[in-house]
Amino acid sequence: MSEKHLPLEAMHEEAGARFGAFAGWRMPLTYPAGVMKEHIHTREKAGLFDISHMQLFAVDGPGAAAFLARACPLDAAALGEGKSKYTVLLTDAAGIIDDLIVTRLGPDRFMVVANAGNAAKDEAHFRKIAEDFDVRFTPLKRVLLALQGPDAESVLLGAGLDLSDLTFMTAVEPRENWFASRSGYTGEDGFEIALPPDEARTFAEKILADERAMWIGLAARDSLRLEAGLCLHGQDLDEITDPASAAILWAIPKPLREQGRFIGADALRRILAEGPRETRIGLKPEGRQPVRAGAVLMTEDGRTVGRVTSGGFGPSVNHPIAMGYVAEDASAVGTPLFAEVRGNRIPMNVHPLPFSPHRYRRG
Amino acid sequence: MSKTYFTADHEWIRVEGGTATVGITDYAQEQLGDLVFVELPEAGKAVKKGDSAVVVESVKAASDVYAPVDGEITEVNEALKSDPALVNTAPTGEGWLWKMKLTDEGQLSGLMDEAAYKATIA
Repeated sequence: MSEKHLPLEAMHEEAGARFGAFAGWRMPLTYPAGVMKEHIHTREKAGLFDISHMQLFAVDGPGAAAFLARACPLDAAALGEGKSKYTVLLTDAAGIIDDLIVTRLGPDRFMVVANAGNAAKDEAHFRKIAEDFDVRFTPLKRVLLALQGPDAESVLLGAGLDLSDLTFMTAVEPRENWFASRSGYTGEDGFEIALPPDEARTFAEKILADERAMWIGLAARDSLRLEAGLCLHGQDLDEITDPASAAILWAIPKPLREQGRFIGADALRRILAEGPRETRIGLKPEGRQPVRAGAVLMTEDGRTVGRVTSGGFGPSVNHPIAMGYVAEDASAVGTPLFAEVRGNRIPMNVHPLPFSPHRYRRG
Repeated sequence: MSKTYFTADHEWIRVEGGTATVGITDYAQEQLGDLVFVELPEAGKAVKKGDSAVVVESVKAASDVYAPVDGEITEVNEALKSDPALVNTAPTGEGWLWKMKLTDEGQLSGLMDEAAYKATIA
């Protein structure tokens, strides 16, 4: 399969981006500032991310809410207009096919934002379910930009887009075929703005005309989301993990866990009744050496209790950070564990998530 | 008089008499990005050409640095323990990785000079 190209690729080339492959896309990994500075800049000012590899789906029709409530553990009918919710797509066995953001735009209109690597799989899954509902399911061609950081609101205002009325996880359609939400994946206040590709360059240039804003690559996006304790599907979530072990049950309202009719509901109820086999946790390696995804986790006496699913360095917290899954009895904060890295045993402790506090603008 | 050689894996080796200093090139540090950790071997370790001698870790990934020739590691750059970013800021100077005693100077003839190396990354 040939690599997919971002509509704004030329802009990234001009900015001096270093590119790499991610989820089938040629993506800017870093810019000349480098991942450390890009990461810190986002936490201190405003970082602009091109996340057009992610896929937007429009869901329209009288059966839209019922369709989404079947596809996801989500009370779509109760979701207020302009409100967004983090949710998942589950297999019959409650394995996580993808994690998504669903936003209600009108009585019979919703927007779904899905991960790049899962977009094709998600679409097939949704379309199959849609056969039983009076609903249109449409993939949209959009550029998706995220502007993240404490200066995001004011930079957008300068670029002619006033989103100051939005609070965390609310959204509007500020212009025709635009979609903007106060959300993101860095732990900072910020916005995600979808817009038609032919309007994107001008808009991005307006944002970048503000010296507080700069392009941020995928490498810093990863270190930012890991510091914020957020999951990357394909690493921290996948079809063999379920919402209970992934510690994302907060996204599934209790009545739905008990009585919901979404796909995977019965399996999830079984898992909840038996208790999850393992649980997702944060990990802080002692010392300076990062522990990467794939490292096996052991207790002091050498018993294998889990694995690292994401690991690297946190530029804002200035120490290595990781996330992984361990057996329930090894999941308490402070539990001493060891990871094996190239023959060395690296001591680490179970650490609360997030590593860097969330600074969302709540209502 | 010292002479500096380069490898296709983007290492430099500066030879003076029978000993050499090894590091990674500016091109290599740029490709790796900001380094946060350097795993150094113990002095006294014998290495064969092509062995992983050092692991450099960026925010995102770990990468091996290979011994360009056979020899014995005599010294490692202790300054990198507290300041791994020296490899980014001064890859061919203060950011050197290790010093070694060569066991087969004949292997040097298989390496590139600066002009040949620069042609490979141009």
